[in-house]
Amino acid sequence: MDFLILSLIKLAVVMFVFMTTLAYLQWIERKVIAHIQLRVGPNRVGPHGLLQPLADVIKLITKEGLVPSHVNLVFYCLAPVIAVFFALIAISVIPFGGEFTVPFTNIHTSMQLTDLNIGLLLILGLSGMGVYGVALAGWASNNKYSLIGGLRSSAQMISYELPLALSLAAPLLLVNTLSLREIVNLQDGFYFGILPKWSIFALPFPQILSFILFMIAAFAETNRVPFDLPEAENELVAGFHTEYSSMQFASFFMAEYANMVTVCSVATLLFLGGWHPIIPDMLGGNYIASLLFIASGAMMIFHGLQPARKWDKFTFPVFGVVFILVGLVFLIPIVQTLLMPVFWFCAKVLFLLFIFIWIRGTLPRFRYDQLMRFAWLFMFPVALANLLVTAFLVALF
Amino acid sequence: MDAILFFVFAAIAVACAINLVLQSHPISSALSLIGVMGALGVLYLLLGGEFIAMAQLIVYAGAIMVLFIFVIMLLNAGAEPPGPKAKYLKFLGAPLLIVLLGLVGYFVQDQLGATELVKFGSKSDFGSPASVGMALFTTYLLPFEVTSVLILIAILGAIVLARKEVD
Repeated sequence: MDFLILSLIKLAVVMFVFMTTLAYLQWIERKVIAHIQLRVGPNRVGPHGLLQPLADVIKLITKEGLVPSHVNLVFYCLAPVIAVFFALIAISVIPFGGEFTVPFTNIHTSMQLTDLNIGLLLILGLSGMGVYGVALAGWASNNKYSLIGGLRSSAQMISYELPLALSLAAPLLLVNTLSLREIVNLQDGFYFGILPKWSIFALPFPQILSFILFMIAAFAETNRVPFDLPEAENELVAGFHTEYSSMQFASFFMAEYANMVTVCSVATLLFLGGWHPIIPDMLGGNYIASLLFIASGAMMIFHGLQPARKWDKFTFPVFGVVFILVGLVFLIPIVQTLLMPVFWFCAKVLFLLFIFIWIRGTLPRFRYDQLMRFAWLFMFPVALANLLVTAFLVALF
Repeated sequence: MDAILFFVFAAIAVACAINLVLQSHPISSALSLIGVMGALGVLYLLLGGEFIAMAQLIVYAGAIMVLFIFVIMLLNAGAEPPGPKAKYLKFLGAPLLIVLLGLVGYFVQDQLGATELVKFGSKSDFGSPASVGMALFTTYLLPFEVTSVLILIAILGAIVLARKEVD
């Protein structure tokens, strides 16, 4: 019974945080892209546009769900459900932090919904199933732009799944397990007391190349710029989701962001040591969160004192105080031991997500033949050679 | 619990398999086949073969069926029209199928006799990735490698056949 209640509580917390992250990821993306392009970004709904995601959700829910008359109705309705289902379910095996005992009780649990000993394979399987959502949407829309988008997407995902899986296999040789929790636990510790033992630094063969290959393949798997050919606006209107509106359109959008979060979490767990700190505790690693929050709070108050716009006088100091309070909460020892791993995990995932957005603001789109040539003639052989070298070195040492 | 899950997913597998044959549109059939593969994956999981279950999901439901769907979409294949004798075949087929299933069931029971009962969810590392890898690369190394050569030959054959058509 305890197990059931605990699982339900964890499920509710994870679902709430995950959904909020997905909604606000879109706000972050719009803001970051805007600043890269020297614009302001959304700033009308709420202070600094912070209520924009809410407004978008209300708009999408209340919008009329238009179904074109020429579509294949069953598959047209099924496609967004498939896409969003397989994208959201992957979060269930991702560990966010270490094991802990719930305060004031003696229930011992881990910060993860379920720990499978084939967790990584499950994520690969689910990401493979996600292709059907996009492919079916393109086909069922009965529209040539949608169909080309769907075809491009399935061809691209099949091609990039190979280097993705191969670049995942190399760090697995170092850790020898498929359970995500075990993978992270084996990356604990520091070389010479300063260099973390993450897979990208691990002996005998640092997996930096695998990490880069994995991130490139991940961009292609999630259909992000520069690999966003399935939805290339200037060629295909909106690609596979041209004919979709309201919540069905939102499902595809949510699936894309959920896939991004999953992929970044997997990269964090496999290559960046999951929830293990960058800086050892001896050098004050536990106080990084407080330092960051208090510093950003102080900066906000400083900007609030010299407002560039009228409303900054009020909003910046309020956010500054909130950030400083969060920073102070991180100084409480019990909170520190509980939340520091989660903080490190979230920080790494958010950093990778920021790279995703940064690249979207920086790089142009590939041509389709360049995309395919790159996958088969560069990524695939390099990933294979990397796996081979890793295997030899692991066998030798 | 295991038995309930077994019957649920076995029923899904059979229903999808029947649907696969009944549907006239290739995409519907292909999707039913994915349903069969997924349900089989769950059945493997119930038997404790977790690696096989995930391989089933990744390789069959994920990779191979995506290729099927890709080809169907690329050729834009429409619904198959029923053949000229479809009407009788429908009435003749059902009794013949039942007779066939009955005969197969009878012979299987007659020949194999009483066997050990199936155990759900074995806790040993019988189906773990490590034990499957161990078996493939030690006991069954030769068949494993020979199969890979076989697949390579099939791929080469496919390329040769496809080339001829283009020229």
